[in-house]
Amino acid sequence: MIDQPLRVGFIPLVDAAALIVAVDKGFTKAEGLNVELVREVSWSNVRDKLNIGLFEAAHLLAPVAIASSLGLGHVKVPIVASFNLGINGNAITVSPALHAALMSELDGDPTDPMATAQALRRVVVARARAGADPLTFGMTFPFSTHNYQLRFWMAAGGVDPDEDVRLVVLPPPYMVESLANGHVDAFCVGAPWNSVAVDLGVGHILHFVSDILLRAAEKVLAMRQSWAEKNPDTVAALTRAHVSAAAFIEAPENRNEIAAILAKPHHIGVSPEVLLRTLDGRLKIAPDGTMRESGRYLLVGREGAGRPDPVQAAWLYAQMVRWGQAAISPEALKIAQGVFRPDLYDAALGIIGSAPTDVPDAVGAFAGPPFDPSNIAAHLAAFEIVHMKS
Amino acid sequence: MPADQSPKIVIVDESPIRAAILEEGLREAGYVDVQHIREMHNLLARVYALDPDVIVIDLENPSRDVLEQMFQVSRAVRRPVAMFVDQSDAESARASVEAGVSSYIVDGLKKERIKPILDLCISRFNAFSKLQDELERTKSALEERKIIDRAKGIVMKLKGLNEEEAYVLLRSTAMREKKKIGEIAQSIITAAELLK
Repeated sequence: MIDQPLRVGFIPLVDAAALIVAVDKGFTKAEGLNVELVREVSWSNVRDKLNIGLFEAAHLLAPVAIASSLGLGHVKVPIVASFNLGINGNAITVSPALHAALMSELDGDPTDPMATAQALRRVVVARARAGADPLTFGMTFPFSTHNYQLRFWMAAGGVDPDEDVRLVVLPPPYMVESLANGHVDAFCVGAPWNSVAVDLGVGHILHFVSDILLRAAEKVLAMRQSWAEKNPDTVAALTRAHVSAAAFIEAPENRNEIAAILAKPHHIGVSPEVLLRTLDGRLKIAPDGTMRESGRYLLVGREGAGRPDPVQAAWLYAQMVRWGQAAISPEALKIAQGVFRPDLYDAALGIIGSAPTDVPDAVGAFAGPPFDPSNIAAHLAAFEIVHMKS
Repeated sequence: MPADQSPKIVIVDESPIRAAILEEGLREAGYVDVQHIREMHNLLARVYALDPDVIVIDLENPSRDVLEQMFQVSRAVRRPVAMFVDQSDAESARASVEAGVSSYIVDGLKKERIKPILDLCISRFNAFSKLQDELERTKSALEERKIIDRAKGIVMKLKGLNEEEAYVLLRSTAMREKKKIGEIAQSIITAAELLK
């Protein structure tokens, strides 16, 4: 298993940190693995190359792993994840004009997502009355956390994401430019792009995703189920290397070194200072230099973030159902949950008989009832705006 | 689209040369309705304006993710589109990805009608990569020639040799040291600059 090189695809984003550091700091080599990182330009490429076997593993949007296993929008290829690369890490950034409009309509705390979502509804209604174009929101992929997080937030305030605004897919590197030239009014994306927009003076960070969901699985270390079954030792070794890398990343004394590694041009290729903000959870949120700090901005490994949690997979599947991407069925729910494999994580670390952490509400959304993965239909019935497949 | 009509094909590619090569190939094969989108900005609107039956995009293009939105059944999408992947034919999917091209088709278009288009795209994309490799090789060969000429000049001057003797010296040194003649030439130039 040592000689066989593993090709692992990634997109240049901060939540690829565990993967990049695992290779750069030699954690994969220490496990006897020869990993070749391949930087990609689109999630479609990562998905396809993983599906057809050009990659053994990949940094993948958690919902894409689920969609691929369900055969949504594309070929059905069962995917499993033995490691969760990141919890949270996204933010919603709005243009200065939309920010001003929201603040003038705001009734409450600007970090309270219910207050901002209701302000958004008032802005949307006023625009419609004035005959203005609907607001346009950028997100990264149809099956993305960004898509679901934007929708969850605005729908809570009474904005229908399919009727009242436009949601468009934009590749992350194009987000900032599109906000600057007015092609989108806001976007939801991962680091470093929100900070880049603020630094250029073209955006205000309105919300950290942790305002909307306390715990949101973001990217996973994904592999084909068939490959994982054939190569259990390699899966275990790769998982252990990621656990070690994540622990290294979380140690505050290593932050500068991590930022320098991620900043390399063949990794993420932005300044270490911008990367440090994400790792520290201390972000400049407005062009005037206003800072905001959160201990939950991006979790890489701490608070058990690395262990895949099937409840998170169920929540993502519930969003696919809510917005008409997937039909509701117990079988599909089971497949979705089966993508997140805490058993592979436990096996890699030699953890025997660990009971799944029994948290009453693992997602912690700011609106709606606590998430109940055992009854998605009832859970979704509690929301006003739902576009389920008929 | 009636069965006998040529499907409308849109090529999304920022490389004008590759797009031209592909377009030419398609036209030669009898596909007369071929359009090219070079500008990625507002891509979805541009695609909808042309209303194609088949969309071809290169894999180096980050905007591929934008096209994925067309799989969705939503108000924003006029005609649902699927990626052309023949599930029974993994080889073809692999060949396509390896060639660096991906195709999307409007739902309902027959597989037999699309397969030849995709095959043509794969072969033209491969031809383009080969062309690019050859160009690179020619370029580096030219570079090497220039370096060897400069090194020859230095050796001729310093050792009072004629051109052929200088070249023989370079070549025999390269053979003795098991290096490329270009590498020996480069070290002579570097040394000469150091000792200037």
